[in-house]
Amino acid sequence: MEITTQEFKHCDLIKVKGRVDSATAPDFAKALEKANDEGHFKIAVDMSELEYMSSAGFRALLATQRNCKRYNRGELVLVGVPERIREALELAGFTELFKTFDDSIAAVGSF
Amino acid sequence: MTNKTFPAKFEFLDEIRELVAQVAAEGGFTDKVIYSLQLAADEAASNIIEHAYEGVPDATLDINCDMQGDTIVITMRDRGKPFDPSKVKQPNLKADLSDRQIGGLGVYLMRKLMDEVSYQSSSSTGNLLKMTKRRG
Repeated sequence: MEITTQEFKHCDLIKVKGRVDSATAPDFAKALEKANDEGHFKIAVDMSELEYMSSAGFRALLATQRNCKRYNRGELVLVGVPERIREALELAGFTELFKTFDDSIAAVGSF
Repeated sequence: MTNKTFPAKFEFLDEIRELVAQVAAEGGFTDKVIYSLQLAADEAASNIIEHAYEGVPDATLDINCDMQGDTIVITMRDRGKPFDPSKVKQPNLKADLSDRQIGGLGVYLMRKLMDEVSYQSSSSTGNLLKMTKRRG
């Protein structure tokens, strides 16, 4: 798993590549928490080069979405969710909790 | 017969998913189903490592993955604390963001992705989780 964070004027774009499972989810969660700790609550997570995500990754997304939406201070949105991962998110009932965008420009522009 | 013993550590989930993918591909499953079999096996192994072997160093997990006719059978045996997935409460998937349960999701996915999930616990032979999925 590889994570890169880009700070834009209105949001952070966090790109996660590779595989997020119970072994790597803690580092993914840390990157999300770091953005929140810095007072950034508008976050786009670019999943376009993500190969795999288990429920450990879903939990990190859920916890961060909760934190972002508290006091209406922001939101976490998903970008370029690969089909298999989208199917798993749907099965978990997560798709209605996250707005999704096809590309990062649209996601960044939405904030 | 594909039988392998893995250290009960999250770092080996990659290899566990690889093993399942290999057997499933040879068994003629589609890529879409192979992904879901890998996810189910990952969630099952993660639960064993996290709950059954909580605080236990140097534990191992035996995994058997085979085709029986047109059905893939994945069994996982551990000697940790009994952790029966059927006892895990199903998360409320309609709950609002603030009420959404964080736990129980892995077990829920296992049940949804596989045709059958069964569990047996014995003090002599340990815990046995069996999951099956028929090729569509």
